[in-house]
Amino acid sequence: MSQPQAAVGASVARVDARLRVTGKAKYAGDNNPDGVVHAVIVDSRIGLGHITGVDAVAALAQPGVLTVISHLNAPKLPPVQSNGYPPGTPLRAFQDDKVRFFGQPVAVVVATTLEVAQHAASLVQVSYDAERPSTDLSAAPPADNPETYARGDADRALGSADVKLDLTFQMARQHHNAMEPAGIVARWDGDKLTIWEKSQAVQYSGFSMAAEFGIPPENVHVISPVIGGAFGNAFRTWVHSVIAAIAARQVERPVKLVLTRKQLYFGIGYRPAYSYGLRMGSDRRGHLTAAVHDVNSETSAYETHLEDTLVPGRMLYSTPNVKQTHRSVPLDVNTPTWMRGPGYSTGAYPLESAMDELAHELGIDPIELRLRNEPADDQSNGLPFSTRRLRECYTTGAREFGWKRRNLRPGSTRDGDWYVGMGMAAGVYDTQRAASQASVRLNVDGTALVQSGTSDMGPGTATSMTQVAADALGLTMRRVIFRLGDSTMPPAAGHFGSQTMASVGSAVQDGCDKLRKEAIALAVKDEDSALHGADPAHVEVRGGRLYVTGDPARGETYQRLLSRNKRAYLEVLGSWAPPEGAARYSLYAYAATFAEVAVHARLGLVRVRRMLGVYDAGRIISPALADSQALGAMIGGLGAALLEHTVTDHRDGRIVNANLADYLVPSHADIPDIRAVYLADGEDLVADPIGVKGLAEIVCIGVTPAISNAVFNATGRRIRQLPITPELLL
Amino acid sequence: MPVADPESDRSATAEAVPAPSRRTFIATATAVSGAVVAGGLATAPAALGATEAVAAEGPPAGTISLTINGARHTATVDNRVSLLDLLREHLDLTGSKKGCNAGACGACTVLVDGHRVNSCLTLAVRLDDAEVTTIEGLADGDHLHPLQQAFIDQDAYQCGFCTSGQIMSGVGCIKEGRTRTPDEIREWMSGNLCRCGCYVKIVRAVEQATGQK
Repeated sequence: MSQPQAAVGASVARVDARLRVTGKAKYAGDNNPDGVVHAVIVDSRIGLGHITGVDAVAALAQPGVLTVISHLNAPKLPPVQSNGYPPGTPLRAFQDDKVRFFGQPVAVVVATTLEVAQHAASLVQVSYDAERPSTDLSAAPPADNPETYARGDADRALGSADVKLDLTFQMARQHHNAMEPAGIVARWDGDKLTIWEKSQAVQYSGFSMAAEFGIPPENVHVISPVIGGAFGNAFRTWVHSVIAAIAARQVERPVKLVLTRKQLYFGIGYRPAYSYGLRMGSDRRGHLTAAVHDVNSETSAYETHLEDTLVPGRMLYSTPNVKQTHRSVPLDVNTPTWMRGPGYSTGAYPLESAMDELAHELGIDPIELRLRNEPADDQSNGLPFSTRRLRECYTTGAREFGWKRRNLRPGSTRDGDWYVGMGMAAGVYDTQRAASQASVRLNVDGTALVQSGTSDMGPGTATSMTQVAADALGLTMRRVIFRLGDSTMPPAAGHFGSQTMASVGSAVQDGCDKLRKEAIALAVKDEDSALHGADPAHVEVRGGRLYVTGDPARGETYQRLLSRNKRAYLEVLGSWAPPEGAARYSLYAYAATFAEVAVHARLGLVRVRRMLGVYDAGRIISPALADSQALGAMIGGLGAALLEHTVTDHRDGRIVNANLADYLVPSHADIPDIRAVYLADGEDLVADPIGVKGLAEIVCIGVTPAISNAVFNATGRRIRQLPITPELLL
Repeated sequence: MPVADPESDRSATAEAVPAPSRRTFIATATAVSGAVVAGGLATAPAALGATEAVAAEGPPAGTISLTINGARHTATVDNRVSLLDLLREHLDLTGSKKGCNAGACGACTVLVDGHRVNSCLTLAVRLDDAEVTTIEGLADGDHLHPLQQAFIDQDAYQCGFCTSGQIMSGVGCIKEGRTRTPDEIREWMSGNLCRCGCYVKIVRAVEQATGQK
């Protein structure tokens, strides 16, 4: 019997809202365990070479300095293997004299106060044997073994195409710049390590840290109930975390280490810079015949980060002939990592820009061109789509945004000193899921505790999980507590790839269903229960009361049932995993993003005036939270389109704008009227039992091309480079 | 900050430390005196309770007396301590956040004598007699400030890390009368970055709270 739906689908306040608006939520660096001391990392001042000496005398002479650790005196750590991603040789904490990139940690100072540690860190004298690093994507050779894909004969089809485009796009490196800097408090108790760490995957953090020190994973306790944004940068165990643990073991005190904003630019990964060549051919009616993608992206010299950049170009449009090559270019930089919509958001920019160029070339409306190339199935594997409602995204978006008011002739709409234009783009992201568990305990007082080792970097995991649990248990949300972010909890999918709701949500649903059924079974067998002898399939629970469907008077509460049966609680373990074996469906979420921009005729400034995102993203558990995610993702995309880029001085490999005053991110004044619409009745039960596709990534994919296409419509200028800074339009 | 036990701490790194000299003796003595920074504060956590000592050779320090969220504190502070670090590391008032430590993000915004300031750019030692309000002091017991409630009603945060600063800045903004239109709010709230991108709803929250207090 399915349960009445009350909480799921309702716009509710976040369950932890009070903690957050009163400043009581404890982020990693907010923990001050007894005796905590402070560590500050000394960064390499060269971009490549060797350390020839570390002079810590002046630092150690500072009152309050407890130790200075470098490769000269650091403990030898056991070897570790890459666990598959990313392939290569992970950076270790102070295990050799080699400098691989500018800013690499070369020493750490531990002191009783932060002020002393900071000052002493500035006094550590490190000498180097420096070499010239290679940090320029456009000037370095790619590695061997590119990722390739082909169907049909793209070169031949391109040669005979009626219309051909040959385009090259450049995309700047972007940094997550979550508001919370990466940080950790580490404390040893014998050979057991407790870390309060910003982590998107607490169990994975525990395994990684255990491997670094050669201790059993169960000896590492990871506590991360609150995360101040991450967007992909907090699932790997970065070297600073290991450094903090080394320091804590050495000084035998808890150590707090929080990276500075500057250190985040070389300490925790980033979205890599790309060069993306795209040749595309179509017939006169706009039917794509061929596409050839030649893609280069940066990685470090010691690890290879490659992301799924090629997927949109393979399956978003009907294209009989496709050839793709993605090469990584090793540079003397720190390793990139996943950043919101990894690969897909990058790949969507050239593809969706090219579609806009083709539409203009052929004189076809950009939406009409996309509709003409809508595929019947996934041409990359021949599988049917579970659900694909991109057409509805287009039509809904066009209607809601007023697309028909768009002037077909670029550069012809003026508003005083501003050129005004509209653009749109499609987006796609695969529906990821992974095995997860959740424990569910129903107490005799009628409250429930649900726990899973998942995380919440901002989407409101605890809230949406509470909604699922409340409905499945037949309780009000107030009676359910959901806890997360502790490695001792049941293991969960990592909190990335938009997979949390589908994976953990399905495990929560499973656990709560099991528990409810266990309670119903107890009742129908209990001679003293009003439900004795009832068909369990016809018992449902609402507001904590079990009753016969259609006969609400016949029932009793969980409290009465458990107390009469002398049960302090009922407890089960819920679990869910995606089906094994070959996929039978192509599972993706889809988006259509619309933007209206104004471009200043003489200054080249681009101001976004309006944006709208329309999504086929599966069932929406928590509409208010989903809305917030989408608005935020469009704002992030606005940053990528117009503001964000890393500037490296290639002479020594330093990032010259490693701060929030020079690396620009969107601020209040940049943000206009933005709206998000999720298509109703979108549940995708092929994907998972709760019909969720995941939101976090799809809402950011297609934003950059929507804005750049709007810039073209406004000005008639094609800028094939991100970000579109004013000088490019002058 | 926490009291150092110079002997045991040093022994852990014996090989890296030069032999005792007058210089290192002063170092160890002042490591203890560093505790004065926290020791004089009424609300310092028990673990930080420290021996009061005169910082004859310690880093330059000053004694200040200030009110934080209505409570009077007298403290001897290392002159380098920012108001933000005083709050976070010495008073365990961790609601104010360090996002950039350079005045660029606003996560550390608090009210000093009723005006919003970036506490990361404000040296604690210059705040003698000041009245400081942080996010922890905004609610009246269990009764939230209207802007705190508005943040909940409008879903005006995601990760919550910038929220303390946004709310404190919003309180200041409302007080300054810079909330007559959404555009004005956007302009006068632009010192507070939100990387989750909650700007639309933060502006709505400030609008909601305007006029309520």
